[in-house]
Amino acid sequence: MERPLTQHIHPDGTTRTLREYVKTGGYRCLQRLSSGLAPKDLQRLVTDAGLRGRGGGGFLTGTKWSFVPMGADAPKPKYIVANGDEMEPGTFKDRVLMEGDPHGLVEGMILAGYAIDAEVGYIFLRGEYHLSAQRLTEAIAEAYAAGYLGTPLPGTGFRFDLHLHASAGRYICGEETALINALEGKRAVPRAKPPFPQTVGLWGKPTVVQNVETLYNIPHIVNQGSDWYHRLSRTQDGGTKIYGISGRVANPGWWELPLGTTAREVLEQHAGGMADGVCFRGLLPGGISTAFMTEEHLDLPLDFSSIPPEIGRLGTATMIVLDDHTCPVGFVLNLEKFFARESCGWCTPCREGLPWVAKLLMSFEEGRATSEDLSLLKMHTKWLAPGHTFCGLAPGAMAPLQSALKYFHDDFERHISTRGCPWSKKSSQQKVLV
Amino acid sequence: MATIIVDNKSYTVDEQQNVLAACLGHGLNVPYFCWHPAMGSVGACRQCAVKQFKDDRDQSGRLVMSCMTPATNGTRISIDDPEAKAFRASVIEWLMVNHPHDCPVCDEGGECHLQDMTVMTRHVYRRYRYQKRTHRNQALGPFIRHEMNRCIQCYRCVRYYRDYAGGRDLNVFGSHDAVYFGREQDGTLENEFSGNLVEVCPTGVFTDKTFFHHYTRKWDLQAAQSICPHCSLGCNTTAGERSGTLRRITNRFNSQVNGYFLCDRGRFGYEYVNSPHRIKRAVVRPDCDRTKPGQPEEVPQAIEIAADRLRRARGVVGLGSPRASLEANVALRSLVDPQHFYQGVDEQERQLLSTILKIFQTGPVPSASIHDAEQSDAVFVLGADLLNEAPRLALALLQSIRQEPMEQVDELKIPRWDEAAVRNAVQNRRGPLFLAGYQRTWFHEYATDTYFAAPDDIARLGFAVAGSIGQGTPSVPDLSPEVKDLTQRIAEALTHAQRPLIIAGTKSGSQATIEAAANVAWALHQQGKQPRLSFVLPECNSAGLALLGGGRLNDAFDAIRQGKADTVIVLENDLYRRAEAANVDAFLETAQTVVVIDSVEHRTTAHADVLLPSATGPESDGTFVNQEGRAQRFYQVFVPDGDVKESWRWLSELGRATSQEGGSESGVAAWRNFDDAVSATATAAPALARIGEVAPSASFRLVGQKVPRQSERYSGRTSLISHLTMHEPPPPVDHDSPLGFTMEGYRGPLPSPLISQFWAPGWNSIQAVNTYQDEVGGPLRDEMPGVRLIEPVATKASGWFTTIPRAFQPTAHQWLLLPLSAVFGSDELSNRSPAIAERIGKPFLSLHPSDGARLTLEDHSTVDLVLQGTTYRLVVHLDPSTPVGTAGLSLVPEVSGVSMPAWVDLLKAIQTEHKRRAA
Ligand SMILES: Cc1cc2nc3c(=O)[nH]c(=O)nc-3n(C[C@H](O)[C@H](O)[C@H](O)COP(=O)(O)O)c2cc1C
Ligand code: SF4
Ligand code: SF4
Ligand code: SF4
Ligand code: FES
Repeated sequence: MERPLTQHIHPDGTTRTLREYVKTGGYRCLQRLSSGLAPKDLQRLVTDAGLRGRGGGGFLTGTKWSFVPMGADAPKPKYIVANGDEMEPGTFKDRVLMEGDPHGLVEGMILAGYAIDAEVGYIFLRGEYHLSAQRLTEAIAEAYAAGYLGTPLPGTGFRFDLHLHASAGRYICGEETALINALEGKRAVPRAKPPFPQTVGLWGKPTVVQNVETLYNIPHIVNQGSDWYHRLSRTQDGGTKIYGISGRVANPGWWELPLGTTAREVLEQHAGGMADGVCFRGLLPGGISTAFMTEEHLDLPLDFSSIPPEIGRLGTATMIVLDDHTCPVGFVLNLEKFFARESCGWCTPCREGLPWVAKLLMSFEEGRATSEDLSLLKMHTKWLAPGHTFCGLAPGAMAPLQSALKYFHDDFERHISTRGCPWSKKSSQQKVLV
Repeated sequence: MATIIVDNKSYTVDEQQNVLAACLGHGLNVPYFCWHPAMGSVGACRQCAVKQFKDDRDQSGRLVMSCMTPATNGTRISIDDPEAKAFRASVIEWLMVNHPHDCPVCDEGGECHLQDMTVMTRHVYRRYRYQKRTHRNQALGPFIRHEMNRCIQCYRCVRYYRDYAGGRDLNVFGSHDAVYFGREQDGTLENEFSGNLVEVCPTGVFTDKTFFHHYTRKWDLQAAQSICPHCSLGCNTTAGERSGTLRRITNRFNSQVNGYFLCDRGRFGYEYVNSPHRIKRAVVRPDCDRTKPGQPEEVPQAIEIAADRLRRARGVVGLGSPRASLEANVALRSLVDPQHFYQGVDEQERQLLSTILKIFQTGPVPSASIHDAEQSDAVFVLGADLLNEAPRLALALLQSIRQEPMEQVDELKIPRWDEAAVRNAVQNRRGPLFLAGYQRTWFHEYATDTYFAAPDDIARLGFAVAGSIGQGTPSVPDLSPEVKDLTQRIAEALTHAQRPLIIAGTKSGSQATIEAAANVAWALHQQGKQPRLSFVLPECNSAGLALLGGGRLNDAFDAIRQGKADTVIVLENDLYRRAEAANVDAFLETAQTVVVIDSVEHRTTAHADVLLPSATGPESDGTFVNQEGRAQRFYQVFVPDGDVKESWRWLSELGRATSQEGGSESGVAAWRNFDDAVSATATAAPALARIGEVAPSASFRLVGQKVPRQSERYSGRTSLISHLTMHEPPPPVDHDSPLGFTMEGYRGPLPSPLISQFWAPGWNSIQAVNTYQDEVGGPLRDEMPGVRLIEPVATKASGWFTTIPRAFQPTAHQWLLLPLSAVFGSDELSNRSPAIAERIGKPFLSLHPSDGARLTLEDHSTVDLVLQGTTYRLVVHLDPSTPVGTAGLSLVPEVSGVSMPAWVDLLKAIQTEHKRRAA
């Protein structure tokens, strides 16, 4: 099984230097640019490869690039931004890559920049990722010294500059337009779309925001071609994916696997099944803004096109497992508290609705909930839908709640009928650990 | 035009609009918060949700925000869709989660957009049963109160204050459900337009502090149209009164003038009307004895005494006023005969005004309304300090600099109302704005280029710009390379624009800057542009007085000095603001009799032998002509107590009293009501002929009825005086206007000047203005926005101004003393309002640091400056924007009598502690 993204990462956690990176073929594909691969060829290559954004949305990267105005009349400068905010709870895949192989991101950004003719790149990095920051800073310095950055690529006239920006730290900064505002030094509030960043982005200029993992794929596509890339995957979406698991499983961790691997494989083969003494109840497939999947969904291929929308979506593919010793209501309460706190405060349903939801869930846990509270929760899952709120945070916040209400309805009812949390009496060990 | 389908009915709408505005324009009620007609859409509050359907087969549709949805042809929406209704009610329920529901004790109650929208969505019962979040309020200075718990986080305040009005010290802090709108710390809101927050905020977070001091509910106000008397722009206001106190001023929409916004001087300056220094009784000095103080006198006696003096006078001079109505000036002119009527302004001002009139009357370029200014795509200001002299115009220019970048926005196919997107696309790009002046303000930060220089140099820059634009224009010799460069940049920007605007002012006393401005505008006109010209004038009716004409103040002084006349009538004028104190003293002391008609005590009223209390603006009817040449009517709001009467009425009574007994009354003596005053005014000067068209006449009736000044819910009519009488006295009769001092009368569509307050069922807040417009944000239905009295007749400039001043040369001993206007401090009337008074700065002298060094003065040191015989204590400001060789003197009440510009030997005139001690 090929693991192009992670095969060279040192198991001991040390970083890879420029020398090592180059030795394994790093920066080699820049020569292809020098020998005549035009931006639109590169765009086509990525489109053909079927690369989908790894930030959670799964948008086709080639399609996204195609909206960027190109040619002599296009506004200048254009920007490429790596979204390394990764504040999605349970998600740590970008960190694995940036810490283990920082030059992969630098190279991916040069290529993406070349594809859309963007001369400046920013890496927007989660503030707490100190190690990533340090290693990226070193890698960028090395790449400048080696002439990959800051000097025109031979034969192209294309010169790329790259900057690292550490976030001040809000979940909403991961939303690409809020990220752009944050980069501009403004409040991290999402922007209205349209216009999309591809036409009006950073400082009003065409900008592409791409998840870190997405960018890591690009050098490999350029080196090995789209057919190879498709063959990596088990489904129609190309490539591999970093899957992760946290929760009470035997062996939590991450694995680079073909796209389309099922949750059952990840859980049972790679994570070694549930930890001793606990049973599986459900999992959030990719961060906390995805809907629960239960036993019946474990054999669905985990990719961007196989999960029916009424069941959910893949998200970041870093799963969080809910076990039977954990109260699902308390579990969801913990998530909603996070969302309520991380709401940017711009639009009413999210700003006022999420804290209300959190308080309602708290009532369940404290044994003060009524059946009307259940309908209030449902009301919020209905209203905080895409398009009703200004950005995707609030609908994302409703995904686990809505699915929990569906799959764990009895547990909610039991909180009402027994006036308290059935789990809390058992032992303190069962307190929510997410 | 496009057709949209709303709940299965077709409506014709402007496709440049969004669906929300389109619906409101058709009278369809869609609730909203964050959208504002002047500030566009940002999609934050989610209150305006409607259902949108793809086509007529689409049954399910999806919720969209109407404010973010373009009203393109074929757009199909439903407002009444049950899901949309339920969602909108939910939005209110969410907003109520933290709102304190303190309507009964909230100043906004009864005119609260949140109340209105709550009722509109039919939300009733809030199911949230947890604690509310609370905030600490801030002390924001004398104008605005802050009650943050009421905030519904619509973001309008920051969008208005920062993005629209250029303010910096109000912001949004924090996040999630704890966002806070306020200052970084307690303190006075700095921005000159902060008062608009009161109207922009849809709930009771920001409320009018001056109103709070004598609060009453909106529906208990007796109100009428007013025209702001505090600068020459003539913003429209609604003045509201109760129980004989003027309670507040609110903005009154006029599409051509102030639109939705006022400045703080205009909004909070009204309390001169309630001032303890008001003159309420007629006062007569007994036995003509100047050593005795005046005594209150019964009105008939006072009139008789004054008439007697007038009859016996050897000659009467009448001094008019640029802050009195046209009608009052015409009344005086009629009483004393036109040849004895003098404009009560200094000679320099009179000359500048007559030049300006000539420029408009003979030149090809029209004057600019504030609305025109907002639409300009390149602006060049010569000398005027707009922020301090004509604030609302500065606010308009902050919008004009968005015009040029908007063209790029159009190219990106972003609708102009989509403010969220527009801001992102435009970023910090600004259209051309060139400011030449001699005092830096924060407004200069928005300029493409600034030029700080003495007035002569500013004029030279103007002439040079005209020279490089036009053909046959005079050129300017000996310009420095930098100024030549600047000239090129300005000329290029102006010629690239479609609607360039040139602005100059009178304050610096420079004839040359005014002529240079005209040359620039005319040169642009010659090049096929559609330029506009705007001159900032000293006072609210300066243009009216200039159009009426009249003699020179010095000639009036001479007439008394030479004994050609011995009696003086001063109309609403403090002569000590017009001329040097010694001259005024001599004038008033030499005159046998001084009759003064005015509303507030000042140095001139102290000299009156007969003092007649005149009505202020809100207590009278009248017409002002603003700097654009637009004549606008203001109506009496309430009947003042005491002997107070309109000036024209006093003059009319004096006219009758002085007419020969038995002889037929003519002129002002024959005036019986305001309509007579208007008719006489229309014939007083050719330019005033259309004065009668400004607003409906007194005889105007609708369905045979007058129009009430009181709301349908006006309360306490009998109970307020129940301790005195159980009978309800008849309301005062108004012979002068179609308005009544009652609740009864015609209710329905009205010509705009007659609207007492904007209100419609379900729309109790100021946002009811929407319901008076066919297109939201556009003109009012039946709008009478005033009459522009001067329109150009010439199709091209007949010649150029050619008197180009020599470059300003600093001299060794003399400094050119220049007046520095202050938005709070330089206006005679508003200074009397306690809230404004609190904002008036200490008098200061501004010097270039190099001059400061030459005079061995330190920044912030205090000096005594002896000027024209008086000593002024001033704080020294060393300011690099003050041109070398000049000194700026702040125009605050303490120094209001200094004539400027003037040359002063500061080495001699300045006394420092140090020098005093040495002496
Ligand atoms: C609330 C919110 C948080 C997000 N956080 C992240 C994040 O931390 N990292 C990320 O790559 N994308 C995040 N996204 C998705 C981005 O908006 C964007 O779609 C993504 O960066 C695009 O990159 P891709 O096309 O490569 O996936 C977030 C979206 C939302 C609505
Ligand atoms: S849904 Fe609204 S309040 Fe929530 S994060 Fe997005 S924009 Fe902010
Ligand atoms: S203070 Fe008023 S204007 Fe500002 S966000 Fe709150 S409700 Fe809106
Ligand atoms: S700009 Fe002038 S007219 Fe307008 S409100 Fe202010 S002071 Fe009054
Ligand atoms: S008015 Fe449309 S979202 Fe606020």
